[in-house]
Amino acid sequence: MSNRDAIVVENLTFQYPDTETPVLKNIHFTLKEGEVLGIIGRTGSGKTTLAMCLNRLVPTVIQGNLEGTISVFGQDISQRSVADMADKVGFVFQEPENQLSQMTVEEEIAFGMGNLGISREEMKYRIQETLKQVGLEGFEKRSPLALSGGQQQRLAIASVMAMRPSIMIMDEPTSMLDPRGKNEVYDVLRKIKTYGMTGVIIDHEVERMASYCDKILVLDDGEVIMFGTPKEVFSELTLLHEMEMNAPQVTELADRLRKELQIDVGSPITVEEAVKAFQIVSIK
Amino acid sequence: MEPFIKVTGVSHVYPNGVTAIQDVNLEIGEGEIVAVLGSNGSGKTTLVKHFNGLLKPTTGQVTVGNMNTKKERIAKLSSLVGYVFQNPNHQTFLPTVRQELYYGCKNLKISEEETEKRVKKAIELFELENLLDANPFDLNSSKRKEIGMASIMAISPKVVVLDEPTTGQDHKGCKRVLELVKMFHEHGHIVVLVTHDMQLIGELNCRVVIMNKSRKIADDRADVVFKNQELLKTADLQPPQVMELANQLTYLNRNESYLTIDSIVKWFKHNKKGLEEERKIGTGS
Repeated sequence: MSNRDAIVVENLTFQYPDTETPVLKNIHFTLKEGEVLGIIGRTGSGKTTLAMCLNRLVPTVIQGNLEGTISVFGQDISQRSVADMADKVGFVFQEPENQLSQMTVEEEIAFGMGNLGISREEMKYRIQETLKQVGLEGFEKRSPLALSGGQQQRLAIASVMAMRPSIMIMDEPTSMLDPRGKNEVYDVLRKIKTYGMTGVIIDHEVERMASYCDKILVLDDGEVIMFGTPKEVFSELTLLHEMEMNAPQVTELADRLRKELQIDVGSPITVEEAVKAFQIVSIK
Repeated sequence: MEPFIKVTGVSHVYPNGVTAIQDVNLEIGEGEIVAVLGSNGSGKTTLVKHFNGLLKPTTGQVTVGNMNTKKERIAKLSSLVGYVFQNPNHQTFLPTVRQELYYGCKNLKISEEETEKRVKKAIELFELENLLDANPFDLNSSKRKEIGMASIMAISPKVVVLDEPTTGQDHKGCKRVLELVKMFHEHGHIVVLVTHDMQLIGELNCRVVIMNKSRKIADDRADVVFKNQELLKTADLQPPQVMELANQLTYLNRNESYLTIDSIVKWFKHNKKGLEEERKIGTGS
């Protein structure tokens, strides 16, 4: 993993027109190339707005007053357009219906690549590759609108992946998926890293995020409340609970054992860690 | 007593030739909470859409409160069975949240006094006081979804079908859904859930119907079903995280099902003494 900074956000404040308070307040964080960042927070905390700042949808399309600077791979993006950003930062929207526009699945995937001027041969190759990655092989000729919610979600991911952006942002990409589908998307996130890509995911799936993300950013009312490794963030249960948020179930369990029964097993954040932490040789 | 919902030998074939459910038999009685689980495309939603006549069986028969859904109009069935859609865009259509909340009661000609009472309760539970004049389409999808649930709460139908109620909801939203299900249950409604949310099912420990490849493959209580790892694998289901942990802790009571954080805390409470004598509990990582 390189040591290059992929995203540097400094003093970022954003306010929609005709509102009294900013939705993002003085945000700072740095993400290294190849890292996966998970953004968590309550509904309305500003997660999507923050993500949209990273590809310039905010403030160029969704307008308002933006202060502070965002650099992507060392370049200040304040003068860039959304189209300019498209080959660098891919964005998978929360509601796939808003993203899909073509008549067939393969045209859908080709659409974004076409805008980047990619050759026909390469397109064909990438369509097959990405369909396989998201488990939609054989769906080439289907209409995107005839797919189920979960399939649409995976198609939206495939069409962004095919553009091979350096940074991939996904806004609640698994909300409509079954457990297997969720795992598939998170596995895609892991693959992103092997391609040297950088990932940002917004989700409520704290359990999966604990094992797949390198960093977690907790947003509340437009402010960064915590930024650190999943271990650092999910160990702060009192703070999370104050914001009506939760940690992975195993972390919550360990916390209750400590508080209610004075049994200390540390703060495991994954099942594997918990199994180790809860190991008791024998019991009378 | 006759079951309130009776599904007998039902198959459904969509106009494009896809068979979505095959030979399903199911009876749901008064006051039950039933969760329909299964992977995407397993036939869950197709099955529950038969309960309010949105879909009619291709073969077989569905009766709801002794009415054959094939012979009744949807309007009549919808006073009995309320359906909260997975995608809130398919549900909300009026220009303000207030109108959305009153619409169902008005439509069913419920008295003004009663309507006021119910709408007020729904507004309180979902904290909609400040959003009454907002256009639902200006709100985010999880809020729109809550408006869908609040509207059904106001209608208060005998059977409430919630299709993926916790999808896209934050932690608080999920807790609210749990509260809503319990509340409907306490008031004697039948609640049917279509969901992937195993934590929600764990908390409810309700009856679970598992659909797989258009067929019903299991029908039992959650604690029984979740113990069957073979079955979960077949249906691509993942138990709640604490249960995955419990399955690997050999010292827990094998006859018990640990579906919730509470259930494991309880075990430690009862066995703490033994633990203290052993002093072998790990120090964590």
